[in-house]
Amino acid sequence: MSSDHPKPIKIVWVYPDLLSTYGDQGNTIVLERRAALRGIPTQTVHLRSDERVPVDGDIFLLGGGEDRPQILAAQRLRRDGGLYEAAQRGAVVFAVCAGYQLLGHEFGGEEGQPVPGLGLLDIRSGRGRQRAVGEIVGEVAAELNVPRITGFENHQGITHLGQRVKPLAKVVTGIGNGDGFEGAYSGRVLGTYMHGPALVRNPGLADLLLRWAVGGDIQPIDDSWAGRLREERLKAVLG
Amino acid sequence: MAGRGDGSVIGGKIGLRLDPELLTRLARDRKLVLVSATNGKTTTTRLITSAMTPLGEVATNAFGANMPTGHVSALAAAPDARYGVLECDEKYVPMVLAETGANVVALMNLSRDQMDRAAEIWLLAGKWRKALEASPQSHVIANCDDPLVTWGASTAKSVTWVAAGQHWREDSWCCPECGGPLDREDTDEDSNWACRECHFSRPRPDWVLKGDQVTAPDGRSFQLSNLSLPGRANRSNAAIALAVVNQFGVPPEQALPLLGEVRSVAGRYTTVEHEGRRIRLLLSKNPAGWLEAFDVLEPAPAPVALSINAQGPDGRDTSWLWDVDYRILRGRPVWVTGERRVDLAVRLEAADVQFSVVDDIDQAVMAVPPGRLDVIANYTAFQTIRTRYGRVV
Repeated sequence: MSSDHPKPIKIVWVYPDLLSTYGDQGNTIVLERRAALRGIPTQTVHLRSDERVPVDGDIFLLGGGEDRPQILAAQRLRRDGGLYEAAQRGAVVFAVCAGYQLLGHEFGGEEGQPVPGLGLLDIRSGRGRQRAVGEIVGEVAAELNVPRITGFENHQGITHLGQRVKPLAKVVTGIGNGDGFEGAYSGRVLGTYMHGPALVRNPGLADLLLRWAVGGDIQPIDDSWAGRLREERLKAVLG
Repeated sequence: MAGRGDGSVIGGKIGLRLDPELLTRLARDRKLVLVSATNGKTTTTRLITSAMTPLGEVATNAFGANMPTGHVSALAAAPDARYGVLECDEKYVPMVLAETGANVVALMNLSRDQMDRAAEIWLLAGKWRKALEASPQSHVIANCDDPLVTWGASTAKSVTWVAAGQHWREDSWCCPECGGPLDREDTDEDSNWACRECHFSRPRPDWVLKGDQVTAPDGRSFQLSNLSLPGRANRSNAAIALAVVNQFGVPPEQALPLLGEVRSVAGRYTTVEHEGRRIRLLLSKNPAGWLEAFDVLEPAPAPVALSINAQGPDGRDTSWLWDVDYRILRGRPVWVTGERRVDLAVRLEAADVQFSVVDDIDQAVMAVPPGRLDVIANYTAFQTIRTRYGRVV
């Protein structure tokens, strides 16, 4: 990718007032920084839930949230319609945890009741019996060409994948969707149970989102600290 | 009666096993204060206890043992104390309230904290509401600048509202009552909030903290300049403490000098000397806590050392590092250590903060020139450093 990218990549952090429980801001920081190091300008919108979703966004980021905020976020995004429209137009969507669940057809509310989601991913989520808390490692679907993912999961969800999505990764350690796989993607819409700043430990995934957004290759950058962190976490989990 | 005697010998755990109603028995015929919050509960417990000394002996769990076993030990250790001030873990407020029927409950702030083991805070505040509704004899003293605390406290039969300030606001953009957007209005005089969609709004405060001045319900103002503990978080803790002890008849003019006598709390804010370095220890466990630690740092270019672990008590997940705005550390030497120093290095790199990673705190201490060094650490990292440089309480 050339450094004279004509217009900045518009990053929209969706509803940090509802979907930001734990370090979700990290994903915006990582994308901004990795773009800047390549001379690609970015413009980030911290979109509050009382504002209209800008349909001209290039990358939409959705974070985690407690039960009630998750339901509120799903209701408001459905009413707004902008995120659905943007995704249909080819925008990149990256969602973690509660944000991942609400991209599907439905998810479990605080009493386990089904709550309608956006239907951007062909997935259905419900509540599992036990909370999944801990490190997660997975081998990413080969066609995405991204090194194995490492993250931290903290959720009680179980997610069933439909015909029109593929699993993001095969679980090596951890729980993920609950069926041996972790996350899901379809086109440029990608969701994962790795919570919070999932892109920090997975610069390959961050660059995949950037490549999708700019529509071409991007230069490699110095990843020595992120590389050390990946190595350390993978070693701690896999030995 | 079981449990009369030395609590540290009998142990709250064994006591409760022998007699499940022990806490209720030990609480009977005493005037008790419960103190809870995400941050500042140990310090505020200490401040209240100090200011209550004019009333006589006060039982307290001074070392942060803030669950029922700790409460049993604290009360059993002081059988003749007519008063008790108990720090209480946020999750245990309903249970301890039900068992003790505490006279006063002080509630200060709620924010994201160690999410892999702590409760979700909206849920938590909802449980406070139920517990307080079922405990009409308990008078609540609550920080009305924190919307979630206000919501959690507002089912109580009687409340004293303290405008004690709120600096970390990332967990209170939405109305706890209806989920609508909260509108804020901050002026030099006041800091108001109200829901745009429902009736929920900030109650009129009875006590007001502004800068280092506290105004009591009778309109008299008091300076907090005699406080030994640094920073706005401790001024906020002190304002709550003044309102609590006033409830027991200790007026601010009598309480203030006693608050000033508290100089460090379980090693926090302690300065230790080592090889010509004056090392000040600051404990910071979550994003809101880091904001308050930054508030008391020696100004740049003074050096700072940061130490991060992720053991059980710290939370095993370091995601919260990305909620802290480290850019404030630009322009000073920053030393990074602890078991999760690489996580912190990646975070600081992204914030464009220059840093040096070292294997342990000693290397950081010896690398700075003789003089002052502030150290911010999370829980187990803090304990390690405290052990290394002397356990000053």
